[in-house]
Amino acid sequence: MNADFITPLDAFTIIDLILMLMLLIVGLAIVRLNDIFAIVMLAGVYSLVSALWFVSLDAVDVAFTEAAVGAGISTVLMLGAMLLSSRTALPAKPVRKWASFFIVLATGAALMYAVTDMPSFGDPLSAPNAYVGLEYLKRSLPDTEIPNVVSSVLASYRGYDTLGETSVILTAGLGVMLILGMGGKINGQLKKKAIDYDNADAQAHHTVLRVVSKMMIPLIVLYGFYVQFHGDFGPGGGFQAGVIIASAVILYALIFGVDAAKAAVPPLVVRIGAALGVLIYGGTGIAGLILGSNYLDYNVLDPHSAPHGQELGIMSIEIGVLITVCSVMLVIFYGFTSRQPDITDKDW
Amino acid sequence: MSTVLEILHIARFGLAGVFLLGGGFFVLAGAIGVLRLPDFYTRLHAAGVTDTMGSTLILLGLMLIAGFTLLSVKLALVGLFLFLTSPTATHAVANAAHKAKLKPLLGTYRQTRKGDNEGGSQ
Repeated sequence: MNADFITPLDAFTIIDLILMLMLLIVGLAIVRLNDIFAIVMLAGVYSLVSALWFVSLDAVDVAFTEAAVGAGISTVLMLGAMLLSSRTALPAKPVRKWASFFIVLATGAALMYAVTDMPSFGDPLSAPNAYVGLEYLKRSLPDTEIPNVVSSVLASYRGYDTLGETSVILTAGLGVMLILGMGGKINGQLKKKAIDYDNADAQAHHTVLRVVSKMMIPLIVLYGFYVQFHGDFGPGGGFQAGVIIASAVILYALIFGVDAAKAAVPPLVVRIGAALGVLIYGGTGIAGLILGSNYLDYNVLDPHSAPHGQELGIMSIEIGVLITVCSVMLVIFYGFTSRQPDITDKDW
Repeated sequence: MSTVLEILHIARFGLAGVFLLGGGFFVLAGAIGVLRLPDFYTRLHAAGVTDTMGSTLILLGLMLIAGFTLLSVKLALVGLFLFLTSPTATHAVANAAHKAKLKPLLGTYRQTRKGDNEGGSQ
């Protein structure tokens, strides 16, 4: 750590400070409110502002994920969870208020103490700007021949970490399945029930929403695949693409009903997909072992060229991530929505 | 010949500036409207201005700056997406409020404030 380095107060730093101030204001508003609907919306705003902040810090991949996951899908999932409970939070008992106040105070004090040990922003001698990070930046292009260094670090140099993240997502999906059920009705029962998406009466309502979403859903899925396969060259990858494709299915469910969505993307497929993605990821690692190298070493995947092997490995694990993320998002969504009656046209 | 090109070059950036300022004006007007207008539907109207007119003008200005590049194509796609989705979102919100029987404020602001919440029948 370099104690002499002081972060310059240029235009970008000022923009960062303004964005952080906005985050603080939104956070305070969330703490002060009792209306859960407003809190969920403000949480989305919080994510969008932090995504802006990440863009200003040049961390476009993180910003992309934050915008897709934080502002997009988690808002929808929180709304789904909110429908299962009451819309306003009860005021807390005074004793609990003081207890939580002291816990928050102690945590805040500990964090403030830790901040003094952090390097200044932009410090050339700080940990991310020295040691292994520089090594990755230097070696990424010759090793993998992939322009987007984020993808190569995430999938290749830090393959174990990403495998862990993917497993965590699967675990989250399993947890929701265990608590809320396996995503509702089985296929056979579903088919017996009349699906009203071709019903003339249902068509009469929300005509605008139906027409526009019919136009948009294929484009959203296409964009998801673009993000997936363009991840080697620009911001994006399996995590973002999975969330985008899942959000297309959720949009379909919101407009045309959950039953129609379950007919298009059956819960069984989604449940298998959640595990299949992790299997593809882990299987890529095993392939490395079989070909006589270390776990998750992609160099050996192509016997003729190590960089091409890296590219193959990164692409295959990104597909695994895509399948798991997309499926788990839908598992959670189906889990929440199958606990309550569908929103009827009357309630809109 | 080269002077014509130079004039076009300057005009491009001048026009881009006009578009960006115009977009900024509409976004600002929308923000003030959301804060100041009296009821839900009028506020929604103000927010809709931000979404459609403001963002479209800003994107046009950015496209003029970017010129004939891939960036412009991407900006155009973003513009198309916003052009289709934001009026739809505004419509969906207004429709939901109407279905939930939220009455718009009719008549002058003061009349409605005085007492009757009937929504005014003129």
